[in-house]
Amino acid sequence: MKYLAQQAINALQLGSIYALIALGYSMVYGVLTMINFAHGDVFMLGAFFCLLLIAIVPVPFWVALIVVMGATAILGTLIERFAYRPLRDAPRVSAIITALGCGLVIQNTTLGISPYARPMPHLLDNVTYQFGGLTVTTLQIIIIGVSVGLMMVLDFLIRKTSFGMAMRAVASDRATVSLLGVPANEIIAITFAIGASLGGAAGLLYGMAYPVVSAGMGITVGWKAFVAAVIGGIGNMRGAVLGAFILGAVEVMTVAVLPSTYRDLISYSLLLLILVFKPHGLLGKPTLHKA
Amino acid sequence: MSGMNDWTKSRYLPSVVLFAGLIVTAILPATGLLNDYLQFVLVSVAINAILCVSLNLVNGWMGEFSVGHAGFMALGAYASAILTVKLFPAAPDILLFPIAVLIGGCVAGLAGIPVGILSFKTRGDYLAIITLAFLMIVKSGLENIPYTGGPRGLLGIPRLTTVAWAYFWCVVAFWVIRNLVYSKYGRGIAAIREDEIAAEAMGVNTRTAKLVAFVTSSFFAGVAGALFAHQLQFINPSSFDILKSTEILVMVYLGGVASLGGSLLGAGVVTILTQCLQPLGTWRMVVLPALLVLLMLFRPAGIMGYRDWNWLKPRIFTKPRLEKSKQAPLQ
Repeated sequence: MKYLAQQAINALQLGSIYALIALGYSMVYGVLTMINFAHGDVFMLGAFFCLLLIAIVPVPFWVALIVVMGATAILGTLIERFAYRPLRDAPRVSAIITALGCGLVIQNTTLGISPYARPMPHLLDNVTYQFGGLTVTTLQIIIIGVSVGLMMVLDFLIRKTSFGMAMRAVASDRATVSLLGVPANEIIAITFAIGASLGGAAGLLYGMAYPVVSAGMGITVGWKAFVAAVIGGIGNMRGAVLGAFILGAVEVMTVAVLPSTYRDLISYSLLLLILVFKPHGLLGKPTLHKA
Repeated sequence: MSGMNDWTKSRYLPSVVLFAGLIVTAILPATGLLNDYLQFVLVSVAINAILCVSLNLVNGWMGEFSVGHAGFMALGAYASAILTVKLFPAAPDILLFPIAVLIGGCVAGLAGIPVGILSFKTRGDYLAIITLAFLMIVKSGLENIPYTGGPRGLLGIPRLTTVAWAYFWCVVAFWVIRNLVYSKYGRGIAAIREDEIAAEAMGVNTRTAKLVAFVTSSFFAGVAGALFAHQLQFINPSSFDILKSTEILVMVYLGGVASLGGSLLGAGVVTILTQCLQPLGTWRMVVLPALLVLLMLFRPAGIMGYRDWNWLKPRIFTKPRLEKSKQAPLQ
């Protein structure tokens, strides 16, 4: 029982990082119905930006978080502006290919600059607390706390503010909404910025929790978050969070029972299974538009 | 207009030229005119051309987006290598190799069936996700099989892929896919690309067409994988990752979608470019994806998109239009 509870905390930690990244995939899909394959690599760059920042000036955790989120937000906007916007009315396949290409360019450029995995320095004093036999570290509390906090801010932003209303409107019908005077391009750019900044925050948190940062992270971790977004129903924010926690739990349980090399096999098989039986994910609504 | 005596119009000409090519490729390495490196490049061009034309069937003619081609390739490579390394290491190569390549293709073709079935209902983004999941499952599945060396891979594969074999399979791939896309089925496949619902309404059996396209495409990916394994003499699961798929995608979209000549051109240009960029090391892997992005932005259909050279088309599609004076007068 105690073992299970301990694993549940681990699953919560992994799940909340996945959730932050998955939200980025889902937001972009919701607004543009486009899979932003480069998002995993933006997440990876978040961790590298943090390394770079600490190497230049040793800043406390909160400052690093804000700076990294800002930097990845700018990066996300730039990718949208120069790679995706020119293709907005092109066939959807062109956009997916471009996204895949952008991701690989980012990944391999990082690999060219830093061929080896790097250790992440400690940003916080990591204290271990004992709660009736359960071990919880400061890091775990911070990771889960920051993730849940950011998700609540996002939820508020989407549901209660005029920006959120505009974003939902652009998602449902871009052409009409533009006619009604909503600046669709700006809304899309801000959506990308928010998604990328959440990805960057996740990169920083992931780097702190599993203190090795490598260029391959965008695929090994970032694409898992994409799997989570699809499981939950891509385009649906709450679905992304649900999918992320399910995937986190499945992965932690897999590693507890089987050798860790089976993790990818199980996650991607789960994805395939969900797509076969619930093609729009757990919370996604079937769309009527022609694909 | 000499009609019967014009040898360039002979119906036997293509067969004669292709057979002569086979003899030349079989003899050339023995004459010493081609050094090992040139042979390696030629075989690579042929393997990549097979990969490119087979992916083009799904991504070009059918207009879907598959990123799982490297997965099918891996299945073909592993299946054939198990035959030549583990099961029948003593069998005579001349008999074993064609059978191994064929079985490699069949294993990959069988794996194409479930993906094809899944494509009945899902299209576009979701089909891309399914092929991505397929690729990841194949890769991590192979990493967990101790029989084939797990993540370390299979070593000591005999070097059986000669220039002649690569040429032979390349011709077979182009011949089969040409005859397929210019046939009734092929028209159906192209109709799915233009408008699936309209195609179905016009009587195209879209399910059969999709299945035929996926199985043919994955069969030849398997064949290419088998040739690849017996060229490099070493395979491991990470040789067949998403970057390998991207490399094939670059060839398809550079050469031209839905084009046989484009496939040949794309495979040739990308293979030679990769060889020229060898000194760049890791940075080489930045160039290909960047090229892909630029192509999508500026020329999404590639150099020869939706067009072909006349010599690659069946004769019936290359007939010159009748001149005005020769047209039958209207009643």
